[in-house]
Amino acid sequence: MFSNFDFQVIIDALPYLFLQGMVFTLKLTLLAAIFGTIFGTVLALMRLSGVWPLPQIAGAYVNFVRSLPLLLVIFWFFFLVPFIAQKMVGSPRPIPIDPFLTALITFSLFEAVFFSEIMRAGIQSLPKGQVAAGYALGLSYTQVMRRIVLPQAFRNMLPVLLTQTIVLFQDTSLVYVLSLNDFLGIAGKIGQRDGRLTEMYIFAALVYFLISFAASQAVRRLQAHTAIIR
Amino acid sequence: MDKIVDWFSIFWQESAEGTGTYAYTLLLGLQLTLEISVIAAVVAFVMGSIVGVCRTLPSPLVRRLSGAYVEFFRNIPLLVQLFLWYFVLPELLPRDIGMWLKQVPHSNFYTAAFGLGLFTSSRVAVQLSAAITSMPRGQKMAATALGLTTRQSYTNVLLPMAYRIVFPPLTSELLNLIKNSSVALTIGVAELTQSARNMDSYTFQTFQAFTAATLIYLVLNITITAVMRRIEHGVAVPGMLVAK
Repeated sequence: MFSNFDFQVIIDALPYLFLQGMVFTLKLTLLAAIFGTIFGTVLALMRLSGVWPLPQIAGAYVNFVRSLPLLLVIFWFFFLVPFIAQKMVGSPRPIPIDPFLTALITFSLFEAVFFSEIMRAGIQSLPKGQVAAGYALGLSYTQVMRRIVLPQAFRNMLPVLLTQTIVLFQDTSLVYVLSLNDFLGIAGKIGQRDGRLTEMYIFAALVYFLISFAASQAVRRLQAHTAIIR
Repeated sequence: MDKIVDWFSIFWQESAEGTGTYAYTLLLGLQLTLEISVIAAVVAFVMGSIVGVCRTLPSPLVRRLSGAYVEFFRNIPLLVQLFLWYFVLPELLPRDIGMWLKQVPHSNFYTAAFGLGLFTSSRVAVQLSAAITSMPRGQKMAATALGLTTRQSYTNVLLPMAYRIVFPPLTSELLNLIKNSSVALTIGVAELTQSARNMDSYTFQTFQAFTAATLIYLVLNITITAVMRRIEHGVAVPGMLVAK
């Protein structure tokens, strides 16, 4: 079964695979997770604000994006972003945008929807009395959110946010369809060049598996560690 | 008004594929999306049920095996899983079987459907076993005390309840599954997203093509959510916090 398996192809490709591919994938994952959480928190606050029309706008955005496949959203953004940039700068033709930046915008806006649902659950799980107590002490909305609600919501939801980040890490492999040089993209390109797709895809699957598995085990441990007994 | 009619006119043009209008191209894509989704949903439900039950059985070996199944399908991106089944599996099998696999008509369609089904089955398994373990221990004990075998206590006591509890999360898994079926385009299945891209590459009417696909996904999502809500009302366990 493995008699034709060429380990040398993998070994030769290692620097390119990791120093370029994995760095691209991890950078995209981490930045999109950060921006996604920030935008997601804003969406969650809008949804819970009760100030017309903010909940409606945020709710519509979340439900709209949630019903679309990520691949379609990726195609949309790689088509639209150059036109939006053109409008913003006022240039006569669409501006080519760095693919990493476009991917980052796409994933941040897309994953924000999922992060917002997590943050919303986190905020709603806090006892209402905390907010009331904050207002009773004379704190403003911003202060209540920044000093009381969000830190706790964030802490309680950290394991779920991290699990979503692992999903995001796996989702970034979809930039393959744009032949960007992420981890899977490079594995595929080398595999095609050398006629060694079998080796490269098995290796890529193994690497994705090990990273996701190790990360989810770490999250599980963190969850046991940070859980608050109520 | 003329402008709107003009904007939509592209959908009634004969497609470059020569099979009909571009609207028809998109509908063919939708049909493939639905076909993949139905097969995948059946695979996911059956495999997910088996593995989900195994995760709750007393035998440590069975638990460990079903745990490994779930970890395998959960920790590899769907796209990579499809590549494994489509490009790698035929190479690893004995030569004759591998050759046969490569020549099966529409092998990319079946690979996508079964690959997506197995991928989703791990999620179904997790949901189902969580539902089974969330039920009061007394139910299992009472079943045993009544003299039911393990098999009987599952089919008559635990599972009928577990499926009702797990219905809402399974609905969202079904919606995820339909969206994930777009990944089939990476192995050359012209499902809905890909058919919009095909239309785009022939006509350069990117905006129209993607808008149409977006609307179809939206309608599909809303329809399924509405139908599932209806059913949910019927199957929700009274007194449990699932029905809202």
